Formats: sequence, structure tokens, C-alpha cells
Amino acid sequence: MSGASFPVAPLAALDTVWIQVAGTLCNLACTHCFISCSPANDAHGMMPLADVVRVLDEAERLGAKEYYLTGGEPFLNRDILAILEAALAKGPVSVLTNGVLIRPDTARSLKALSDASEYSLDLRVSLDGWDAATNDAVRGAGTFERILAGARNLAAEGLNPVITVTEVVDGAGTREGRAHFLAFLRQIGLSQPRLKVMPLLRLGAEEKRLRGYAPDETLEGRTLTPEDLEALQCSSSRMVTSKGAYVCPILIDADDARMGATLSDTLRPFTLSHRACFTCQEFGLSCRT
Amino acid sequence: MTTVDLGPFRRIGLFGGIYSNYLALLRAMEIARSRRVDAIVALGDFGAFGPHPDRTVEILRAERIPAIQGNYEESLSSAADDCHCGYTDPRDNAFAQVSYDYTRDNTSAEHRAWMGTLPSHARLTVAGRRVLLCHGSPRKINEFLFETTTPRAFIGRLLDEHGADVVACTHTGLHWSRFLSPGRGIVNVGALGRPANDGRTNVWFAVLEDRGGELAAEFVPVDYDHARLAREMRAESLPAEFVETIETGWWTTCLEILPAKERARGRF
Repeated sequence: MSGASFPVAPLAALDTVWIQVAGTLCNLACTHCFISCSPANDAHGMMPLADVVRVLDEAERLGAKEYYLTGGEPFLNRDILAILEAALAKGPVSVLTNGVLIRPDTARSLKALSDASEYSLDLRVSLDGWDAATNDAVRGAGTFERILAGARNLAAEGLNPVITVTEVVDGAGTREGRAHFLAFLRQIGLSQPRLKVMPLLRLGAEEKRLRGYAPDETLEGRTLTPEDLEALQCSSSRMVTSKGAYVCPILIDADDARMGATLSDTLRPFTLSHRACFTCQEFGLSCRT
Repeated sequence: MTTVDLGPFRRIGLFGGIYSNYLALLRAMEIARSRRVDAIVALGDFGAFGPHPDRTVEILRAERIPAIQGNYEESLSSAADDCHCGYTDPRDNAFAQVSYDYTRDNTSAEHRAWMGTLPSHARLTVAGRRVLLCHGSPRKINEFLFETTTPRAFIGRLLDEHGADVVACTHTGLHWSRFLSPGRGIVNVGALGRPANDGRTNVWFAVLEDRGGELAAEFVPVDYDHARLAREMRAESLPAEFVETIETGWWTTCLEILPAKERARGRF
């Protein structure tokens, strides 16, 4: 990469703190997962409550605005309810989940935690198709019905989930695709459907499922405007896993995306030399809701 | 970013987004004056949503009410294509565009030029507390500061970074306040333009005052002739969804941006 010039994204403010509470451990092994989560992947490990609380305390000292908890599958972490309680004491929380483990009693516990806090709790539930054939091809046999059950359990408790769809579903992000998905969600019982559509990140398992990045999919030699930079999530967020503090939730498998041991080590600019940076810039991707 | 210093006040009325609701504006002015405020300041977003946007601007200018820019004034005065409200869902943006197009087409060039002269921020003091007025947040004109997504630690950081004891803002359409300690916190003054998504037709503004030597904040409801506003909106062929909100007090549009709890309190 000598002679190559990449744009640099300053950290304007540490607003959003991501914590990978379940590491790369997941009960599923989706074929498009950009960090290749699975039951056997402990590249990043489960984070016990005490470790998460340390991150939350540091984030609070730094004046963070919001928290995102992810994995892998956060509901595999046996401390997840205590973690959520601790996080909700400090600010609004979003949890990214495959929804498959959210039984009615879990949904009731989540509602109780939400009610006890001043702040909002959001559940982001991943779904990759409006029929079992499309979804299960990516997420695994039988997952479609289990995801919908989890989403319905949340809605029944008044925790209206945000359904996250990737562009594995052809045309999901178009006007027609969105309209179709929203109609489908209403039809399965979500009366106020909330939807987020994510472009594909051609990393991890996704590289085998479809493809990796093409040579011209890069930010090399590009100049980004202040508006471009502000729109990138790395201008206002950072991620902490069991292995340290990273620039964002996407690049946790990249050694040079690890900026240090703790959040305080990440308060500096980042050079956008990774292929995934292209996706963020080109498609306006943000992992935030 | 430009800041105007307004000086000290004993009691001040703060008006949030007016959204062309000139009838609520007139009523709010009456109420504020009956409470003997020293002054009224408008925190931007004079247009959008309602009918005859020029009427609101004319009242503000004729009454010489100090004002700061909202995203609407910034967009209109710079001939932007949309309101830059900061919505992320296409459903919200579709209605926002209808609103912006109507407002732009019904705001005179002279008023739009005036909007460009407004500062983005204002500072004043109440009971010795430094109050910073902004539209969305101190750092961004269209940042949403909702009650359930603006935590204490973040409020403390904003106050420290911007040299204020109290930040007063609007932009969300929902009034709330959170104080870290007496005289130190955030007051979102709500909006005069549309009801607070609570099934009631009244709208809101805020009063900050010196109460026993300390800054106190109060939210004041405004009952106004909403039936007349609804008639005028229909006559202007504004969307039925907008009229329904005025008549019922429930938001029907631009609600995908709401955080979970605020959304759950509404009807849609």
C-alpha cells in the first residue's frame, strides 16, 4: 500500500458505544455473516458482566449518548439481563439479536427492564426474507418461523422490534422492496412495522456465500467531504470486544482496526483503508438504527 | 454558527417549532405576556406542516420577537431542496418533502432572505445560570434530543463542551426536561406547531424564570382554535394526515424517528 492515499475519518464525538457482549459466538451460522459468527467461533469471546460494566463506566465518563449490544447472539450471554439493566441505567440501549431465543418470559423480562429505566430499549431482530425459502437459505433451516415468533413475543409485550434485513433479499432497499416488507410485517402481526435495510458487507462468511470485494471497491485516492465524513459511523462511534477496542463493529477481524485496549485509546482518527469502508461510504451504511 | 447574546432575564418565554401554526403563536404570545415574561424568543422552524407560512413570519417580525434559525430557516434561506430535518426513514422523508415544498412555495423571497440573517444560537442568563438556546442541539441544527435517548452523562458533556448551565432546544416536537442538579440541565421546549402526540389538541411552550434565586423551568399548555387551523389546512390542500394530527392530537406522520418509548405512547 506504499504511495496509496486513503481518506482519514476524525472522531468528532464519542456518541455511540458498541459492546460485543457475546463475542463471535452465535447459535446460528448465517452464510452472509461478515464476522463469521457460529457456535464454534470464539475469536472474540463472551463478555462477563463485570467486564461489560467496566466498559459502560468508561463510556459514561466519556459522556456517551447511546449503547448498542451485539455479538454473535447477545441472548447466549447468561448475564444478558444484568448487562441490559446496567446499560439502561446509563443510557438508551439497542440490542441486535437473531430473535430465535426470545421466548415470552424473556420478552416479559425485557419489558420490565425497559419500564424501570428512564431511557429507551430497542430490539433489532434480523430477518433475511419474507418467506422461509429465502431466509432459511441464509440463516438456517427452520429459523424463519422462530424469528417471527421472537418478534411477535416482543411486540406482545409492547417492545415493538426493528426488523433488520440485509440486501441478501434482492431489492430489499428499493421503494417496492421496503413497501413489500412492511406489508409482510403488518400481515404477520407487527402493527407498527419498523424496518432497517442493510447493504451487504463482503467479508467473513459472505465472501464464500457470494463474493468478496472487487479491486475497484476501495476508497483509495478518494477525497471525502465534511458531510461524507460526518455520515460515517466511525466519526461518532467505537466498539469494544473481549479483545480490545475497535474502530467499528464491522472491522473486528482486522488487526489494524484494533485501536487499543479500552475506549480511551480510540479517541483519534482512523484511516479508511479497508474495503468495508467503501460500502459505508458508497451505500451510506451505518450499523446504528 | 453565529451566537447572539441577549443578556439577563427574570422570566422568559421560549417558543419551539411553530410549523406555520400562527393561531397557536398568537395565543401563546397572549399567555406568555399574561405571565409577565420579560421577553419571548423563538427557537426556529417557523414553517412546515401548517397553512400560510408567511403569516407566522409576519407576526414574529412585526412583534420583533428575537429568533434563532431552525433547519427550516437554514434550508429555505439557502434554497436547499429539502428541509434537512434529519429523518432517516423514507416514510418520514416523503411527508417532510410535501411539507417543505408547500412552505417554500408559500414563503416570500423577502422572508426567506430574513431567515438567512438569523443567528444559529443565542445566549442569555436567568438567575445567573448561563442558558444556551439552539434548535436541535448545541452542535447540530437537526440533531434530535428526545427524552428517552438523551442520557445524563451526555447532557453533562454537552453543557461542559458548550459552556452552558442549561441548554434549551426544540426540533423533536415533544417537550421534556432533565436536570443533573438545580439549574443545570436540558429543557426541550416542545412545539407550538403540533400537539405532543398525546391525544390532546393543545400545544406547548416553556418558561424559564428566576424562582427564589434559582433557574426554574415550566411547560405551559396553549389551547387555540385548532378547528379553524384545520379548516385552513384543508383549504390549502395540505395532507389529510397533517389535519388529523391537529384535530386529534395524535401524530400520523414523521414518527418513524421516534425512540421506542415515545413511539409507544402514540396511537400510530
